[in-house]
Amino acid sequence: MIIPHPLLGPRDASEFVYLGDASLIDRPAPEAGIDAFHDYVYQRDNPAGAHRELWFHEHGDRSWLVVTRNTLTHEILAVELAKDVARRRGRGR
Amino acid sequence: MTKRLPGGLIDRSKPLTFSFNGRTMQGFAGDTLASALLANGQRLVARSFKYHRPRGIFSAGSEEPNALMTIGSGAFQEPNVRATVAELYEGLEAKSQNHRGPLSFDLMAVTDLLSPFLSAGFYYKTFMWPASFWEKFYEPVIRESAGLGELATTPDPSTYDKGFLHADVLVIGAGPAGLSAALAAGRAGARVILCDEDFIAGGRLNGEAHEVDGMPGAEWAEATIRELSELPNVRVLTRTTVFGVFDHGIFGALTRNTDHLAPGADGPRQTLWRITAKRAVLAAGATERPIAFAGNDRPGVMLAGSVRTYANRFAAAPGARIAVFTNNDDGWRTARDLTAKGVEVTALIDSRAVGERKAPGGIPLLTGTVVTGTSGRLGLASVTLSSGERIAADCLAVSGGWNPNVALTCHQRGRPRWDDMLAAFLPGADLPLGMAVAGAANGALTFGAALSSGRAAGEAAAADLGFSPVDAPMPKTDDEPYAVSPLWHVEGKGKAFVDLQNDVAVKDVKLAHREGYRSVEHLKRYTTLGMATDQGKTANVLGLAILAECAGKTIPETGTTIFRPPYTPVPIGALAGASRGQAFRPVRKTPSHRWAEAHGASFVEVGPWLRAEWFALPDETHWRQSVDREVVGVRNSVGICDVTTLGKIDIQGRDAGIFLDRVYANIFSTFPVGKVRYGLMLREDGFAFDDSTTARLGEMHYVMTASTANAVAVFRHLEFCRQCLWPDLDVHLISTTDAWAQFAVAGPNARKLLEKIVDPEVDISNDAFPFMACAEITVCGGVDARLFRISFSGELAFEVAVPSRYGNSLFGTLIEAGREFGAVPYGTEALGVMRVEKGHAVGAEINGQTTARDLGLGRMVSAKKDCIGKALADRDHLMEPGRPQLVGFKPVDRAASLVAGAHFLKEGAEPTMANDEGWMTSVCHSPTLGHAIGLGFIAGGLKRLGETVRAVDLVGGSDVAVEIVSPHFVDPEGVRLRG
Repeated sequence: MIIPHPLLGPRDASEFVYLGDASLIDRPAPEAGIDAFHDYVYQRDNPAGAHRELWFHEHGDRSWLVVTRNTLTHEILAVELAKDVARRRGRGR
Repeated sequence: MTKRLPGGLIDRSKPLTFSFNGRTMQGFAGDTLASALLANGQRLVARSFKYHRPRGIFSAGSEEPNALMTIGSGAFQEPNVRATVAELYEGLEAKSQNHRGPLSFDLMAVTDLLSPFLSAGFYYKTFMWPASFWEKFYEPVIRESAGLGELATTPDPSTYDKGFLHADVLVIGAGPAGLSAALAAGRAGARVILCDEDFIAGGRLNGEAHEVDGMPGAEWAEATIRELSELPNVRVLTRTTVFGVFDHGIFGALTRNTDHLAPGADGPRQTLWRITAKRAVLAAGATERPIAFAGNDRPGVMLAGSVRTYANRFAAAPGARIAVFTNNDDGWRTARDLTAKGVEVTALIDSRAVGERKAPGGIPLLTGTVVTGTSGRLGLASVTLSSGERIAADCLAVSGGWNPNVALTCHQRGRPRWDDMLAAFLPGADLPLGMAVAGAANGALTFGAALSSGRAAGEAAAADLGFSPVDAPMPKTDDEPYAVSPLWHVEGKGKAFVDLQNDVAVKDVKLAHREGYRSVEHLKRYTTLGMATDQGKTANVLGLAILAECAGKTIPETGTTIFRPPYTPVPIGALAGASRGQAFRPVRKTPSHRWAEAHGASFVEVGPWLRAEWFALPDETHWRQSVDREVVGVRNSVGICDVTTLGKIDIQGRDAGIFLDRVYANIFSTFPVGKVRYGLMLREDGFAFDDSTTARLGEMHYVMTASTANAVAVFRHLEFCRQCLWPDLDVHLISTTDAWAQFAVAGPNARKLLEKIVDPEVDISNDAFPFMACAEITVCGGVDARLFRISFSGELAFEVAVPSRYGNSLFGTLIEAGREFGAVPYGTEALGVMRVEKGHAVGAEINGQTTARDLGLGRMVSAKKDCIGKALADRDHLMEPGRPQLVGFKPVDRAASLVAGAHFLKEGAEPTMANDEGWMTSVCHSPTLGHAIGLGFIAGGLKRLGETVRAVDLVGGSDVAVEIVSPHFVDPEGVRLRG
C-alpha cells in the first residue's frame, strides 16, 4: 500500500507501524470513570468500508497519521496529521 | 534426433547437449527442455503424484501439470522445474521425479492398483485411528510417499536480487494484445514496462502459422519488440512473470536472469521486482483446457494448441501419427498446421456436428463423436471412439476450449464472470485498481480482436494519464472464427483425469459431491483439485463444470474459482533476496564491541543488538565460572558493563515535566535538576509497560531511559501521547540511543575508579554527588559526558555516557584505570544475576500481564494525578488480594537448582490447574549467596514469607521444595548503593 503522507507525499506502507482505530485519540477525561476508559481501551467498531485508523511513520518523520482506509478495497480515502485531528476534536494541553 | 520438422524458432547453428536420466540428448538454442525431449522422442517423462502413473509432456507453457523435473545436481539441484518453460542450455542435467527404480518401471506404481482405496478424502478417512499411529507410522509413511522432487540439502549457492520499478503503464504479457498495448502506450509517450514470462516475446504469435502485416507472426513480434526497445520510455522484461497484484497498483514480478545458463553463472540468478504502476493492461492470454476421458493421462495425450506450438515454434513433432480431439474450431488449426508441416494426422475428431465443413488436407474427419479410451504401454498407441472405432495415434491433441487467464484479475478479490458463448470465465467487473484486460485474457480469442483490443487498452491507459495516442495503421491479420460447444468429460471405463498434477479424476469429483462437498472451495480442499505447483491452470474450470453437472446446476450457480498470488511458483530464495545469513537483518553493535571482541567476550543477540554476555578468561571452561567471577568482581571491587542498548529519549520543552507526570505512574515535575528518578510506565489498560529512570538535566530538559527490549515501543507510545492526546503541550522528543555510549561502573571501588577519569573540577564525592544524582561533566581531559549515579547491581554505581565515537576508547580506558582495583568487564549474564539478587523486575516479570501492585510497585502509582493507565489499573479484579505477587524463592535443599517457568504448588497438592498458585519467572545461581535463587509470582505474595511450597516443572520433570523469601536477596536496605 502507498500512504500519501500530508507532509512527505506518497510513502510505502512498510515505513509505517499500524496502531488501529483513530478513536484512540478520544481519550476520556481523567475523571470519566472506569466504564468510559473500558470502552475507550476495548470497544472498537470493525467496519466493512471506510475506517479511520492511526499509522505511525516510524521509518520516517515520526508523525502519527489518521488514515481513512476502505477495509474492503484498501483504498486510502484521506490522510491527516493526527495532531490536526486531535486539535479539531478539542484536544489541546 | 528423429522428430525435427522444418522451420521453427530454434537456432540450428547452436546445437546443445543435455541429459535426461543420464541419457545424453541433443537440442538447439531456442528449445525448452520439453521441446528438446519431444524432439528426441522422449514421451514418458514423469510419474504422477498419487498413483505413480506414467506421464508425458502435456502443455507448452507454465500451466504444465506433468513434466516436472529436477534440474542440476549438488547444491544447484532444483526440483519441480516445469520442463515446458525451462530453457535448454549446454550441459543441462534433468532427472524425472517421483519414482522408485527406473522411470519406466516405478515400484510405487503399485499404488495405481490400490487406487480403489485411494479415493477423494482418503487421508481424512483412513489415518484417523489409532491416534498413537500418527507420529510413528502414518506420518513417516505419508511424508515418504508425498511430494514430488527433492530439494538440495546444502545452502543455495545462487544469489538473488530485489528491485523497484515504476511505470505509467505496466503491460503484462507480450502476445499480440500486449505488444499492441505497449506500442500504443509507448508511442504516446507513457513510461511503459512490458513483461512476459517467456524468453522471447510474442506469445501465441510464436506458436501459430498466422501472418501479421504480411509477415509471419513471430517476425512481426520481433519487429515490434525492436521498435519498443528503441523507445526510451519503454522497458521490455522477458523471462519475467508478473505473479501477483497487490494494493494500490503494486505488482510482484520475478525475472529469471540466469536460469537459462549453466549453474554458477555470474550475477543474481533471479530478481524479484516490486513494480508500482499507475495503470496496467493485463494481456496474459488464455490457457487451453483438456477434456476428461478414460486414459486421458497417457503419455502422448497433449493439449492441441501446445502440439501446434511444438510443431510451429520448436520444429518438434510430439508424435509421428497424431490424432486431434476437439470441441471447438481451434483444434482444427492444429490439424491444419501439422499437415502443413508434413506430420501425419490420423483423424480429426470433433464432438460437434459441423455440417459441410471439410477437414484440411484430406484428414479423416469424424464429427459428433468422442474419444472414450486410450491404450498403449507407457505411451499412447491408439484411441477408442464412442463408435467403437480404434484409431492408431502416438499423440492425441486435445482441445476442450480456451480459458482466459483471469488469475491476476482476482488477486484483489475480483470475481470472474461466466460467459456462455466462450464457455469460459472472463474477468469480472471488480478489477484491481487501474487494471484493464485485453486480448485473449478478456475473451478476444482471435488475432485481429487481440491486436485491436490491446491497442485500445494501451491507448486508453495512456490517454487516462494525459498522453495523446499516436495515429498509426492497424496491423492487418486474418481473423479466424472461434466457436466452442462445451464438452467437459466423456463417460467410460477407467480413470478420466481432471487434475493431472494431483491425480484427481472425474469419479473423485463425483464422490466428493455425493459426500456433500457442494462448494467448489470444499471440493478443492477435499480432493486437492487445483493445488500444487500448477494451481489447477488446466483443471479448475473442468472440475467446476463436472461439479455443476453433478448438482444439476449451471456453472455460475455452482461457483467460481478465484486465484491468489503467486501466478506461478516463486522461489523462497527470491523472496529473501540478499536478506540471508549475516544480511538477514542489520546487526547493532555496542560502542565497546571491538574491545569486547578482543577480550574474550562471547555475544548474545538482544533484539537487534549483539551484547557481550560474559568475558571468558583463558583458563575458564564453563560459562558459570566466568559469570560467577564477574559478579564477585563487581560485588568485591568494581566492574564495567556496556549498557548503551537501553533506550535513551531526550525530552525537552516547557511542558516536559507535565508530560512525564502523565506518562509515568509517579510524579516527575517536582523533582529537582541534577537528579534521577526511577519511574514506572503503565499501559492504558492498567498493566505495567516499562520501568526506567529519567534524569533531569535542566529546567526543561530530561533524559529518559527505556529497557532495551521496549526502547522502540516506548518511544512510539510517547509520540502517540504527545501528538494524539496532548498536541498543544510544549514538549519534544528525540531518540538518542545511538548517540551516547553508556557504561555502568559498579562496585565498592566505582568512585575511586571514576575519580581517575573525570576531569579535576568534577566532584563525585558522596556529598557532592549522592545516590540518584546526575550531571553533565567532562572526562579524560575535556570529553563531554553525562554522569548518573544509578545502580542496577545494587552496588555503589555510576553510569557514564560519552558521545558514541568515544565509547570503545572509554571502555578500554576504564578497564586500564581500574587495573589497580582488579576491575572486571562484565556482560549481560552477570548483569542478570545481580538484578535477580536485587529483585529488580525485567521483561520476564513486566510481561504485560502484571500490574504495579503485582510487582510490589503499587506505591509508585501516584494518587495525586492522572496518568496513562491510572483509571483501568483500579479495576476490581486487578485489585484482588489473591493475585500472584512478586517474591523471591530459595531452594530448601541449597544444592538444588531452579527452573524458570516452574509452577508453584502447595506441599502434597496434585499438579492441576486448580491447584496452581503461580510461576517462577527468573532464576540464577547466586555466587553471592552460594546457591540458586529465583523470582516469581505467587498468590498471597509477601504475606507468605517463610512458607515452603513446591516449584514443579512437568515439562523438564523437576519438583523442588522452595522457601518464599523477600525478592531482595542482597543488601535489602540498600546500604551499599548509597555508600
